[in-house]
Amino acid sequence: MLTNGHLVWLILFAPLLAAAAIMLFTRRLPRVSAGLSIGAVVLGFVLSLKLFVAVLQGEAVVAPSVVWLDLAGWQLVWAATVDRLSALMLLVVTGVGATIHVYSLGYMRGDSGFARFFGCLALFMFSMLGIVLAANFIQMFIFWELVGVSSYLLIGFWFERPSAAEAGKKAFIVNRIGDFGFLLGILLIGALAGTFNFAELAAKWPALGLSSGVLALAAGLIFCGAVGKSAQFPLHVWLPDAMEGPTPVSALIHAATMVAAGVYMLCRVAWLLAASPEIMNLIAWTGGLTALMAALIAVAQRDIKRILAYSTLSQLGYMVMAVGLGATTEAMFHLTTHAFFKALLFLGAGSVIIALHHEQDIFKMGGLARKMPVTFVTFLIGTLALGGIWPLAGFYSKDAILLAEMDANRPLFVMALITAGLTGFYMARALIVAFLGQARDQKVAGHAHESPLVVTLPLVLLAIMSVIAGWHEEIPHFLKPDFHEHPHGVGILLGFLAIPLAGFLLAWLLYRRGPADDARLRSLLGPLYGLLENKFYVDEFYLFLVNRVQGGLAALCAGLDLVLVRGLGVGGVSGLARLAGWCVRLLQGGSLRFYLLATILGVAAFLLWIGR
Amino acid sequence: MIPTTLTPGAFALSLTWGLPALTILVLALLPESRARLIRGVSLASALLNLALVAGLIAAWPAHRPPAGAEVPLAFAARLPWFSQPNISYFVGVDGLSLLMMLLAAIIAVCGVLVSWRIETRAKEFFIFMQVLLAGVFGCFISFDLFTFFLFNEVTLIPTYLLIGVFGSGRKEYCAMKLNLMLFAGSALVLVGLLGLYFASGLHTFDLFALAQVRFPADFQHWAFPALFLGFGVLGALFPFHTWSPDGHSSAPTAISMFLAGVHMKLGGYGCLRVAMFLLPEGAREWMNVFLVLSTINILYGAFVAVKQTDLKYINAYSSVSHCGLVLFGYAALNFLGLRGAVLQMFSHGLLTALIFAVIGMLYGRTHTRQLGELGGLMTRLPFIGVAFTLAALAGLGLPGLSGFVAELNVFLGAFAQTPLLNKVCTVLAILSIVVTAVYLLRTINKVLHGPPQEKDAGLKDADLAERAAILILLAGVILMGVWPRAITWLVDDALQPIVEQLAR
Repeated sequence: MLTNGHLVWLILFAPLLAAAAIMLFTRRLPRVSAGLSIGAVVLGFVLSLKLFVAVLQGEAVVAPSVVWLDLAGWQLVWAATVDRLSALMLLVVTGVGATIHVYSLGYMRGDSGFARFFGCLALFMFSMLGIVLAANFIQMFIFWELVGVSSYLLIGFWFERPSAAEAGKKAFIVNRIGDFGFLLGILLIGALAGTFNFAELAAKWPALGLSSGVLALAAGLIFCGAVGKSAQFPLHVWLPDAMEGPTPVSALIHAATMVAAGVYMLCRVAWLLAASPEIMNLIAWTGGLTALMAALIAVAQRDIKRILAYSTLSQLGYMVMAVGLGATTEAMFHLTTHAFFKALLFLGAGSVIIALHHEQDIFKMGGLARKMPVTFVTFLIGTLALGGIWPLAGFYSKDAILLAEMDANRPLFVMALITAGLTGFYMARALIVAFLGQARDQKVAGHAHESPLVVTLPLVLLAIMSVIAGWHEEIPHFLKPDFHEHPHGVGILLGFLAIPLAGFLLAWLLYRRGPADDARLRSLLGPLYGLLENKFYVDEFYLFLVNRVQGGLAALCAGLDLVLVRGLGVGGVSGLARLAGWCVRLLQGGSLRFYLLATILGVAAFLLWIGR
Repeated sequence: MIPTTLTPGAFALSLTWGLPALTILVLALLPESRARLIRGVSLASALLNLALVAGLIAAWPAHRPPAGAEVPLAFAARLPWFSQPNISYFVGVDGLSLLMMLLAAIIAVCGVLVSWRIETRAKEFFIFMQVLLAGVFGCFISFDLFTFFLFNEVTLIPTYLLIGVFGSGRKEYCAMKLNLMLFAGSALVLVGLLGLYFASGLHTFDLFALAQVRFPADFQHWAFPALFLGFGVLGALFPFHTWSPDGHSSAPTAISMFLAGVHMKLGGYGCLRVAMFLLPEGAREWMNVFLVLSTINILYGAFVAVKQTDLKYINAYSSVSHCGLVLFGYAALNFLGLRGAVLQMFSHGLLTALIFAVIGMLYGRTHTRQLGELGGLMTRLPFIGVAFTLAALAGLGLPGLSGFVAELNVFLGAFAQTPLLNKVCTVLAILSIVVTAVYLLRTINKVLHGPPQEKDAGLKDADLAERAAILILLAGVILMGVWPRAITWLVDDALQPIVEQLAR
């Protein structure tokens, strides 16, 4: 008899089976491959709905577990966590995943790697669901890394393009830096507590009586993992480059789900973070800083996917900030609504990109609204939702975060408000420049036409979710049945509404005439524009560091190996042997002249010694 | 009581080196011109040996000795050889030797498979390879330290010839360097072994008899470093690792696979089986030194690998780094550290063999191993490309593949040690996961990604023999990664006596 517990494993392993089947058997059968992958994720979605209902009704779902590894005196048990948090996340991942899978049918049509694409997507779904269901830190880390590798494979999907291959590598390595801290943190916690299991740790951790320094160290190291995966400052640099991947990948992995895994993980281990107020503060400020910085950068970008990528960074910053202020429910709320509208925006951008034959510069677009009405309307909905306009989903979730921090941390609150205004501005800028006015480049945008149903249907579905996901605050109430928003008056909400609207208005004033380029903003901002355009030169700084520090260390080691170990060590020893051999050879070489010389020198030395 | 006659079990064990020895005779009788037959016989012999080892592993649970037995070996027999210095042919196996034999048998099969195209001097090549095999198997079943040492020395001569004659590049220099350094290591080991023989007062080379002795502290003080360093040279301990990049890079593919995959493991095996098992106090006394050295191994090997441009040198330095993890695991002096080290030996053996095999295949087709001259090969050679990518991912410790399981055990073991030095070294060692990712992904990017090159247009992907070799190795890598208990059940018992000795 299949219980709900068994279904949990079915949800997890169906995509893995699909991925394996595609890789081993159906690489040359694109339709079958797509069918397998889509079948697995749709099955996952249906089963996740069933689980969701079960959890809602208060059923305790226990998945069968198995010992994976015996450790000295204890065991690593392979198990699943099914609670409100993971039930919601399962639904988001499989739901958004399913729409994006369908969309990919249209977007990837005719690509020579079609089957491989769906194979990698299935591998990604497996890894992501593994993170969601993980019952202990090691399981979490295992899937954490697997998500990283599927992201690597998908960013570098078009590996014949050097920029794509390079971006994949960068993403992996930057994530590894975060994971270095994460793994250290995991080992530290395991060594201190003697277990990796979340449920056991949650009960045990506060009772261990650890010093505040150790608590902060553990929490800080675990946070490192989230900084990498959720692309927070200073490890944010990989995400914009990850846009080299196909657009459905950007939507699914680099907007809706994987990058949110960091936030999800932080919510999962909230007990750990709560034990260290200093680290909570650090988390909040990291999030706030990332939110503001990314929003600023987005203002000066021209590539539609990069604008959305920086927007993702910024929104992730909101979530991390909320976690840092202890508002995990609000963070998960925003994570969910963001998954819908950001996936929608990316897919909309993808629809535009196919229509324009892979042109991504918004200043080559224009006038797309009439040619692509469905894409335009859904993109507009996504923009309004992201901007936080009532009554769309983003309004509710973003305001929940803003309200939570209004009293908790005033400076961060102000930063978040500025970010909200900037968000309104850069999204309206992208929308107005790309969709309104006249086509700037006839060759590119003149002959655009609406995408097929397989592309627009997912847009419509996601648009509906972006509208309704926030209503009645069902999501936070599900996560936390006694959820109450901070008390507030209508005036504050109107204020929250006015700020993004001001951003919209400013963009309207600047771009309504359909300027050919961004000259007005450039002159308005002066040198700041260059700074933003170049992303505060963080990448250049890292390049310098990599070349100087890592390159230097590597060169030092390689030089040492050549000079000291191989030269002086090996050469010295072999030289000594050769020298000894040369000396002995002189004695045995049969050279009369040398014998004579040695005799004379010997006699002389002897005479000197007696005559001393 | 251990039988003093050649029991069926002991006979089966002896066959693991007897089969290669027999094969040498058969090959010697075959004419040079029958290259196909020579290859066929070699493959058949390697496969038989693999089947034999698999059979031994299958039979092991039924024959394993009870816990706490004085001689924790299955199929043991002790045949007197020289009564005067008291040397016997003492054979047997526990889980640790079985695992190492399995590794050797797998790599032997794959080594023959990837050497399928060797035409010149094929006869000598395969004969030398069988000598190497006989020596290695003999080592893993011997528990009389003198015979153990003898078999160890047997491996060195064919190594010299295989590199010097069949190698590439500066092969004579590299073969000479490798052999001189390994012989120097052996000399140290011999000194240590003679010390054990006399200091025990027993005048025996019997490992388990020696284990009963509590050696005086001042003896352990000098004998432990002699033995550990002596074996450590073979295990590529810094700064005595320098033979390995040169040696492995100039050896022919199958020999690189075998040297890095199995032969180096003799060093790690000896460190554990002899030095740490017999001289626990010496181990505790000296471990800080070896902890630091192995940490240097790990990081230093990785950093040097970043700077290399020859594929074989990249993998050779990567091996230095990964073998450092074996010694690093030992330095934890606890169960998890030791187990991680053993798992790492097995995992690295498979992985490095896989990578050397792939490099050999790439070189056989493109005739270059320089990063700058390679590129876009994923499009041309998808099978080899995927294998290379998977091997690299396993090398950087991706969960689901073998490297992660080993690293996890090693790091958990290391983390259990509380002194500050251990903590610092552990943090540094874990830092290697970043550096390893840097050089492996860089290699993958340069070799496989980017636009396909015109000059590679006619290249053919892996043939049947090559595919078989790759798939066998990959199967092991994946199995261990997904279900580590498939390996740990074998080694856990074998490590218990050593852990108990260390705690003594």
